Amino acid sequence: MNLADLFRVTLPETALEIAALVVLIADLGLLRKATLSTRVAAAALLGVLGTVVALCLLPCAGSTGYSYGGELLLSSGGFTAVAEAGILLLTLLTLLLFIGTSFTRHAAEYVAVILMAAAGGLIVASAQDLLIIFVGLELLSLGLYVLTAFNKHSEKSSESALKYYLFGGMSAAFLLFGFSYLYGMSGTTSLYWIQYNIGEMGPTPLLYVAWVLIVAGLGFKIAAFPFHLWAPDAYEGAPAPAAAFIASVSKIASFGLLLTFSMNLLAPGGPISGSSSVVEPYLKNEYLTWQSLAGVLLVVAAASMIVGNLAALAQTSVRRLLAYSAIAHAGYMLLGIGTHAQYSGQASPFHFLLGNIGAAVNSADAVLYYVLTYGLTTIGAFGVVQVVETATGSDKLDAFLGLHKRNPLLAAVLLILFLSLAGIPPLVGFWAKFNLFAAVLAVGAGPVPFALVALAVAMSAVSLFYYLQVLKRAYVLPAADESPIKAHPVTMLVLVVIAAAVVVSGCLPTILQNWIVQGHV
Amino acid sequence: MLAWTIYLSFAGAALEALLPEARARLARWLALSCAVVGLVIAGVDFFTHMGAARTVLVDLPWVPAMGIRFQLAADGISRVLVLLTGLASVSGVLFSWNIEKRTGQFFAFYLALIGGVYGVFLSYDLFLLFVFYEIAIVPKYFLIAIWGSTRREYGAMKLALYSFVGSAMVLIGLLASYAASGSHSTTLIDLAHANLPVSSQMALFPLVFVGFGILAGMWPFHTWAPTGHVAAPTAASMLLAGVVMKLGAYGCLRVAMGLYPHGLDPWGFSVLGIGSWRDVFALLAVIGIVYGALVALVQTDFKFVIGYSSVSHMGFVLLGLMTLSQIGLDGAVLQMFSHGIIAGLLFAIVGRIVYERTHTRQLAELETMHLARRLPFAAWAFVLAGMASMGLPGFSGFVAELQVVVGSWTLNPVWTIATAIGIVIGVAYTWRALQRAFFADKQPTAEDHPKEGWQSMGAITWPEYTGVGLLMGASLVVGLYPRILLDSIEPAVKALLAGGIQ
Repeated sequence: MNLADLFRVTLPETALEIAALVVLIADLGLLRKATLSTRVAAAALLGVLGTVVALCLLPCAGSTGYSYGGELLLSSGGFTAVAEAGILLLTLLTLLLFIGTSFTRHAAEYVAVILMAAAGGLIVASAQDLLIIFVGLELLSLGLYVLTAFNKHSEKSSESALKYYLFGGMSAAFLLFGFSYLYGMSGTTSLYWIQYNIGEMGPTPLLYVAWVLIVAGLGFKIAAFPFHLWAPDAYEGAPAPAAAFIASVSKIASFGLLLTFSMNLLAPGGPISGSSSVVEPYLKNEYLTWQSLAGVLLVVAAASMIVGNLAALAQTSVRRLLAYSAIAHAGYMLLGIGTHAQYSGQASPFHFLLGNIGAAVNSADAVLYYVLTYGLTTIGAFGVVQVVETATGSDKLDAFLGLHKRNPLLAAVLLILFLSLAGIPPLVGFWAKFNLFAAVLAVGAGPVPFALVALAVAMSAVSLFYYLQVLKRAYVLPAADESPIKAHPVTMLVLVVIAAAVVVSGCLPTILQNWIVQGHV
Repeated sequence: MLAWTIYLSFAGAALEALLPEARARLARWLALSCAVVGLVIAGVDFFTHMGAARTVLVDLPWVPAMGIRFQLAADGISRVLVLLTGLASVSGVLFSWNIEKRTGQFFAFYLALIGGVYGVFLSYDLFLLFVFYEIAIVPKYFLIAIWGSTRREYGAMKLALYSFVGSAMVLIGLLASYAASGSHSTTLIDLAHANLPVSSQMALFPLVFVGFGILAGMWPFHTWAPTGHVAAPTAASMLLAGVVMKLGAYGCLRVAMGLYPHGLDPWGFSVLGIGSWRDVFALLAVIGIVYGALVALVQTDFKFVIGYSSVSHMGFVLLGLMTLSQIGLDGAVLQMFSHGIIAGLLFAIVGRIVYERTHTRQLAELETMHLARRLPFAAWAFVLAGMASMGLPGFSGFVAELQVVVGSWTLNPVWTIATAIGIVIGVAYTWRALQRAFFADKQPTAEDHPKEGWQSMGAITWPEYTGVGLLMGASLVVGLYPRILLDSIEPAVKALLAGGIQ
């Protein structure tokens, strides 16, 4: 075991954990007499400092990852680095949003839990081994449960945290059960060898059972239908910055994990060699293995798009609306993963796999692009909700009445973010959708991907209706109360920066795309 | 130079959005100067490039990895429509001179819409075209929902959803043709060269045609148009009927027909005489012409009359497109221009000059007001505009509709006859509205005509005179000397017919 390697690869996680401890010590030791707002600001800034350090340390992790006994346990560089950088950046933003709030007296604990959960997210994004995946997921999830419950004055916060926790515990059990099947079939916990060993057997009924269980576990994390029931409650009950964290950072980590799964299953070969008559049946099996997972994913994707968008139509609370829209967006992204590869059966499987790796990488890029920009936009949306909620005490649609009079800048930010979520050009949400759907269709032009893309586009037309419901109240309907809404300057700054990023990266999509692509070239 | 119409409009929109609410006067003048400069650019370019072939204005890589280019180009058709947009935007600002509520925001949305429209007419990259097309949707919603009248929230939401559904269909078509052509490029020329298989052209053509056709007011997807027009503030109705419906027709022509020419081929079998998508859409167009006219005939709301007449007139555009002949397509493009001008004028008279003074649009109430005596300018302007709308010789509508009707004869004489009936009904509804609103038979009674004279309705202001003059002049010039536009339209249509967009 090379401990130096392990230390190098986990430098960002270490930085986060140290920052968490520093925040706690500073708050308990030095700031005991300070006012709450000072403590909140100090804790958040220390947390920001920790994430910045972790970001700077990210390149030090190299690109080889950490292996033990010939098995890759933690990957680094490539997709992983992109997802990790996204996790850290968005964590930083949610920490900044915390500065304007006063829902808890335990500022340092809040920041420490956020940092530890983010460390869990980093592990999830880089893990290549079933056990490490599970440990990372638990680290992340436990943090999220605590964060949801952090507003001790609110019954809703505790209630939703309990719901979240119970659902989460159950889904973790499903996941673990599925992992045990995979282990039983392949005799290993390393994803790389699982792919190889299962590929040899081809898809068996038991494999489908394992996939269904695993998709149930991961579907819970990304709030995909029918594992989404916790999301509206958690989004509604959790303190706004915590909800932003749940909606963005944990999404990126979980989609990073799904990409790890799919890329591993698709990677051709493993240590195979020999004549094509030996290799071909093997590759075909490997493809069928992938297909068995993809089939499950696509069913979940289609159901999430439909249910998420239709249920969002009926919401009166903006947080719940965002939750259902998150379910819909998870559906779009799953579509991108589920159609990584389509096999028409014409070319030889070997050529097919080789040719499709490029396309799969493209669609993985598109999914990463989508989840990063979606996370960014959602954080902004929750930031706006937080400001409005602080001023009006409610997150109902009617709390947004006359926002353009009460705080024009905030209303403009809301306009940009929600239109981006609805996928209106030239904002980044449109570009992310276009990129994703184009990647899906580039992989295979069969009727199934086409129908799914058509469904997704049609559903995003539906989504415009509910996003406009919020914007209508902010801009069109007369205000019940015209007193100005004040936002904390830091919060406002963060929101403006996010809105600007949404516009700029929508108009110049290549900037972010090149960064993602260069991550793994 | 022409590309500056787009940049200027968006820059104007951004400036307007930043203006404080109290600076209404500044907002008006700023909007007017943006619109006028846009019109001047469009006009200068039009007259210096008469009959010129396609010229590329800007061509920059936008997303090189996916072959998306920021490509703006103009041919004769684009130039005519850009000129129309310029005219419509200037007159729209003039007829919005009395907007007092949130003036800066109004013109911000207005100019953003104009910028999107210019962008669609000038884009030669399908992705870029789609981006501009969608940019135009959101401002429409807010213009109607905030500054509109009758059932404005309903009308605005209906319009936004119809537009968005239409653009979703276009997006599916865009994605499918991009993937089918090998995911190399989204420029219209490359996509047209990609030689998509006939079967996929057959499938994509109706999808994209209907997607754009929704915005062009194609029957039976036209129902957003009357409610939207009626709900919208005057300037927005003028733009909706004047240019936004043309976006749809232009998309049908440039994208659906340009990229999928084989979509118009016969199916190889026929049901009730319908043997191709061409027949299907021509039939829908003819139904639109007759249906729109019939419904306009029984409206009680003055603005609804104009709203349904737009559906009828846009039917001519779609019918002209489906003739696939030089004369029919010339007529279609000319009709886009002509209807843009005339519908703008009619909406301005009804929505601004009359409604802002009488505060009613019900024909039954207008009948009692003796508007011919009290607002003679409005009455005579409407007489002229109505004559133009009926398609009387001397106005632009005559040349356009004549060409379409002649072109449709080769397609199917039965439809020509149906269209002619539609024209006759058009005379009837215009006449009816004209008479009831302005020249009612009822003699003024003593109470109607108090001794001290009628209460003043307010003098016609200079922006109203200017706007009416501008639009009326444009219609007359084109009606008396149609070559001014046809010289540009004909070569472009010829090139389009000869080899699609290639």
